[in-house]
Amino acid sequence: MLEFITTNIQMFYLIILMIFVGIELIGHVPSVLHTPLMSGANAIHGVVIIGSIIVMGQAHEILSLILGFIAVVMGTLNVVGGFVVTDRMLEMFKKKK
Amino acid sequence: MQHILQIIYLISSVTFILGLKFLGNPSTARKGNLIAAAGMILAIFATIFLYTTDTGEHLGNLGFIFGGLIIGTVVGWMIAKKVKMTAMPQMVSFFNGMGGACAGLISIIEFRHLVSSGHYEIATVGTLITIFAGLIIGTVSFSGSIIAYGKLEEKIKDFTLPGQQFINIGLLISLLGLSALMISGNIENTSIFYFILVLSVLYGVLFVLPIGGADMPVVISLLNSFTGVAAACGGFLYNNNVMLIGGILVGSAGTLLTVVMCKAMNRSLVNVLIGNFGGAKTGEAATSSSFVGSIKEVTKSDAAIMMKYAKKVIIVPGYGLAVAQAQHVVHELEELLEKNDVEVKYAIHPVAGRMPGHMNVLLAESNVSYDKLVEMEEINPEFSTTDVVLVVGANDVVNPAAKTDPSSPIYGMPILDVENAASVIVLKRSMKAGYAGIENELFYKPKTSMLFGDAKKSLSELVSEIKSLG
Repeated sequence: MLEFITTNIQMFYLIILMIFVGIELIGHVPSVLHTPLMSGANAIHGVVIIGSIIVMGQAHEILSLILGFIAVVMGTLNVVGGFVVTDRMLEMFKKKK
Repeated sequence: MQHILQIIYLISSVTFILGLKFLGNPSTARKGNLIAAAGMILAIFATIFLYTTDTGEHLGNLGFIFGGLIIGTVVGWMIAKKVKMTAMPQMVSFFNGMGGACAGLISIIEFRHLVSSGHYEIATVGTLITIFAGLIIGTVSFSGSIIAYGKLEEKIKDFTLPGQQFINIGLLISLLGLSALMISGNIENTSIFYFILVLSVLYGVLFVLPIGGADMPVVISLLNSFTGVAAACGGFLYNNNVMLIGGILVGSAGTLLTVVMCKAMNRSLVNVLIGNFGGAKTGEAATSSSFVGSIKEVTKSDAAIMMKYAKKVIIVPGYGLAVAQAQHVVHELEELLEKNDVEVKYAIHPVAGRMPGHMNVLLAESNVSYDKLVEMEEINPEFSTTDVVLVVGANDVVNPAAKTDPSSPIYGMPILDVENAASVIVLKRSMKAGYAGIENELFYKPKTSMLFGDAKKSLSELVSEIKSLG
């Protein structure tokens, strides 16, 4: 376990720093923007699609191919749906006088 | 090639951070979303064309990958463009579930790969932890989000099993215990792995099923951060910084957002997590409370006169406004009153609607000016100088029981002090209890009058009544 942490120590540094960045970024947001923000964050975690592409690109047998394909479709849904919905919400904010 | 890929990942990571930062400010929010989207597209294509495996091979199956991307894009785009603004919360929940499922599937494939290649026994603890964590967190997020989606669509009702809390805790312990067993002993057992998958689905379902009322936004936000963590697990697994950064950013930002929401409702996250606040408890409260006094109805013309000759009117929008799609009519009413020299403001409770900021999004859609939307802390002192408060389809956020009745499930939640105003008009479909399932004493107060009917219809009739007053 300790070895696991030390061999990946840079990733652990990244995690700690990103936790603080995330908290800083959200800390001062007016509550009017909470819904678009949640939706935008929702789209960003769609980055998980990268993992599904990597898995898919190395899949050989049929079941892995099928599962990987579903994963790519779902990941894309998360990314595209997330960003488009957020954009639609924010479009309305822009129209205000 | 690997160098270019790493630099592109670095750029994408920066766009995510910048995007989130810009999303926090109304004037830059849209740009922020587009920046993050551009970074995402960059990262996806860079991965497809530049990623090489340990043995130096490029990714194969490009046809399948592009097929999946195209299907996902077309379907996602159509759903996102077609959905009504009122259905936004469930949409976010649905897309969140997709991300969770994606993370869970990655873990399943990686596990199968480890087993079939005979590498399971030599896999490091770290690899196994991330596979199991990705599986459990991703799957819980998926099944939970789908239940949340169904509940917000009102296809699934609140449901609590007897002793649900213990079942949930038991499930969680068995999930963690079984995973720990398989990881620590490097036990290669496919059946246990799929049993963990089934338990995770079940936990997600049982975790969200009993949660009702005002807790829904909290749950969606929490599941959102779950998916972030699940994505970060993938980052660990593939030593992929952009996945790690994107996932952890959302995980931490989402958790903070969840805590902020919990605070707004004076509820601890633990309470939400173990499903303490559910249908059963609120149901009791609904039957045990009975108020002295009777409700008073008001005619549309009386209500119109009250508002037209008022100096100051505060509108309290709630979920009923969203359901009735009344955001445009309420804006029309506001403009009409302003023309008659009435000061009009909107009081926005942090958890009005089904998501924080739900009302803002909705009212922004009908061009209500940004500075007319006043947050709770700022508007509460103003009610005492207000002539008429118009409550449109809001209930729990104006329920005085939150202050006076310690046995009420919403006790301690800060509310809008509408009772300090000279008079209150409540637009409501019926006397049915609000989403939290509790009676509202406000409706029985002498200064309160009720106007029953669909919010959109009532509002447009009010508008024409005021117009006919000349």
